[in-house]
Amino acid sequence: MSAFVGKYADELIKTAKYIATPGKGILAADESTGTIGKRLSSINVENTEPNRQALRELLFTAPGALTSLSGVILFEETLYQKTVSGKPFVEVLNEAGVIPGIKVDKGTVELAGTNGETTTQGFDSLGARCAQYYKAGARFAKWRAVLKIGVVEPTELAIQQNAQGLARYAIICQENGLVPIVEPEVLTDGNHGIEKCADVTERVLAAVYKALNDHHVLLEGTLLKPNMVTPGSDSPKVTPEVIAEYTVTALRRTVPAAVPGIVFLSGGQSEEEATLNLNAMNKLEVLKPWTLTFSFGRALQQSTLKTWGGKVDNIGKAQEVFLTRCKANSDATLGKYAGGGAGGLASESLFVKGYKY
Amino acid sequence: MINKSQNQPLTFLYPHTTLTFLHRLPLSSFIYSPNSLPFFPSQFSHTKHSPSLLVSSCFIFFHLEIIMTAFVGKYADELIKNAAYIGTPGKGILAADESTGTIGKRLSSINVENNEANRRALRELLFTTPGALQYLSGVILFEETLYQNTTSGKPFVEVLKEGGVLPGIKVDKGAVELAGTIGETTTQGLDGLAKRCQDYYAAGARFAKWRAVLKIGPNEPSQLAINENANGLARYAIICQENGLVPIVEPEILVDGPHDIEKCAEVSERVLAACYKALNDHHVLLEGTLLKPNMVTPGSESKKVAPEVIAEYTVRTLLRTVPAAVPAIVFLSGGQSEEQATVNLNAMNKLQTKKPWSLSFSYGRALQQSTLKAWSGKVENVEKAQATFLARAKGNSEATLGKYEGGAAVEGATESLHVKDYKY
Repeated sequence: MSAFVGKYADELIKTAKYIATPGKGILAADESTGTIGKRLSSINVENTEPNRQALRELLFTAPGALTSLSGVILFEETLYQKTVSGKPFVEVLNEAGVIPGIKVDKGTVELAGTNGETTTQGFDSLGARCAQYYKAGARFAKWRAVLKIGVVEPTELAIQQNAQGLARYAIICQENGLVPIVEPEVLTDGNHGIEKCADVTERVLAAVYKALNDHHVLLEGTLLKPNMVTPGSDSPKVTPEVIAEYTVTALRRTVPAAVPGIVFLSGGQSEEEATLNLNAMNKLEVLKPWTLTFSFGRALQQSTLKTWGGKVDNIGKAQEVFLTRCKANSDATLGKYAGGGAGGLASESLFVKGYKY
Repeated sequence: MINKSQNQPLTFLYPHTTLTFLHRLPLSSFIYSPNSLPFFPSQFSHTKHSPSLLVSSCFIFFHLEIIMTAFVGKYADELIKNAAYIGTPGKGILAADESTGTIGKRLSSINVENNEANRRALRELLFTTPGALQYLSGVILFEETLYQNTTSGKPFVEVLKEGGVLPGIKVDKGAVELAGTIGETTTQGLDGLAKRCQDYYAAGARFAKWRAVLKIGPNEPSQLAINENANGLARYAIICQENGLVPIVEPEILVDGPHDIEKCAEVSERVLAACYKALNDHHVLLEGTLLKPNMVTPGSESKKVAPEVIAEYTVRTLLRTVPAAVPAIVFLSGGQSEEQATVNLNAMNKLQTKKPWSLSFSYGRALQQSTLKAWSGKVENVEKAQATFLARAKGNSEATLGKYEGGAAVEGATESLHVKDYKY
């Protein structure tokens, strides 16, 4: 048994490949109830089910936006919600050629004896939950592991625990028909330089792919959602071209070509930064055996959220803003982004120290 | 570990704070070309770390950073350049590094005495074959050969270099059994390896080779064997890179056995995954390495399959384990006949799938067998033998381009070269 090839193997490979289609990417709209509450409160909107539903409907029905997306990650509640006219969100997405995905982890917990390092929970009944989500229309899943850079961090314990966790989650997903997005996020917090981030990222990714191999995960039916390689949040910035070089080098050294696509997280980057960096990577003249695209949450929604402000009258305008960001990132996956899509809000840093979902 | 309740971390002051050698590199110093990536210019200085320094860095002065992805020493640019060159499409490696004992077996098979003159004569025959060197990017040599000359007194190393061929050197000292296993081995040769690499570099070598061996059995390869061999390969690799030699990483999984191709694929994936984890742990610069794996095939006692099947399984295995930073993969031929080895390589290069590394050859027996027979130690046969060698070299060159039409017409090219439990 090299990779586990169960009854879903062909479908997993096909789905993963589709999500990695050049010109498309993922909208990460899987904020938990608590987290989306913070977003809503930042625009003075109450955290109620109708409001959460309204925000997601705004995004999923934005005219023209879905052509730039191959997938949307949902929170469990959203997977079962409908539009105001009664159409299930899952149907809205499927009709537009966008694959519904589902966040399956249950957040992080601290590792005792470490300096604030964490592991991710969510294994209990994960198989059964995945089977249920598959029935409800989900075809991919996401699980966020978190590592930090510090004086001695990430420790070998944190790397091993998170790598093993990602691998167990991944194989359970594949047994139940869901393409696992493997997300080992190395936080930007800190005053380290870009080389340190590169070192840590390479070590973490090497451990992750060793674990995936140990657990017989079918790489052709997975996606990777890594951080970009950047200086720490307290460090001087560098250009997108430098970020692109370091990031692609790290990936070429660790991510096997069997993986069809790499969908970057945006961390605390502003909408514009995230797009420019992704664009620079796709312009880089070097061999890249996987597509490089986006799985952005804040970096796709921030301006849209502000423009909406919770008001029905603003929906049209907010949807235009969202379309602009989607299109910008779609262009970036092709190295064709010309820059400066929709001004000031897009350049606002979204970095929150010690960000917790 | 840092004690949270203290205001200051425990400190361990280094006398020289030159650890931040990779910081603040000017953008203009990045150079990259289509199949490689930014590699750091060799003119900046660095400090070498001993393992114990890194271990004691649990307590470090809080703004010092140990930053080390891949080790980038003074040879980095050259290593990357040489590794990429060896992977030039249309070229490959002649493995002519048979130890004195092993070449003895070959010579005795054609009734030739195993003495220095004969060993030299054979290698001269190969290296001076008109037109052959254009199909080679490297030749692996045994130590004795590195210092030998042609009959007219020209060093072999010069002959090769003039022909655009990089000289390489076998640096391992053979396999020894792992106690408590059923005939599994690890490879020795680390003692004084750095000095030996330096000497070989001075003598003209630019790449090295180290053969790790694993076998397939009911309980083999064991985790111990995999770990030992992966670790050995990684240690050898980093020592080579510190001393200017591109390490060829060779984790050979023997073909012996009744297992099927699926089993070979499974074992190959596990072994390669372990190797690349170890290379990462040891800070090996992948862009300055080559991989020399077995092809993925059924066991020697199993039914044969078509070259296309071998190609699919082999490339699939590599796609799942070998990072794109590795510029080239140069297959060993194991016990395959000359023709099989060429046809299989050809099928891989014809395969319509992504392959981020070039796929080429590093053949010993599969390049020399018919040539050896044609020569049989006789001066009057040299020309015929060289024609045979040229045909095989050209055939394999074509195979790296997916253009081999088959039957590079030589006697004996289809003869299996499998020897059970083959020992070098």
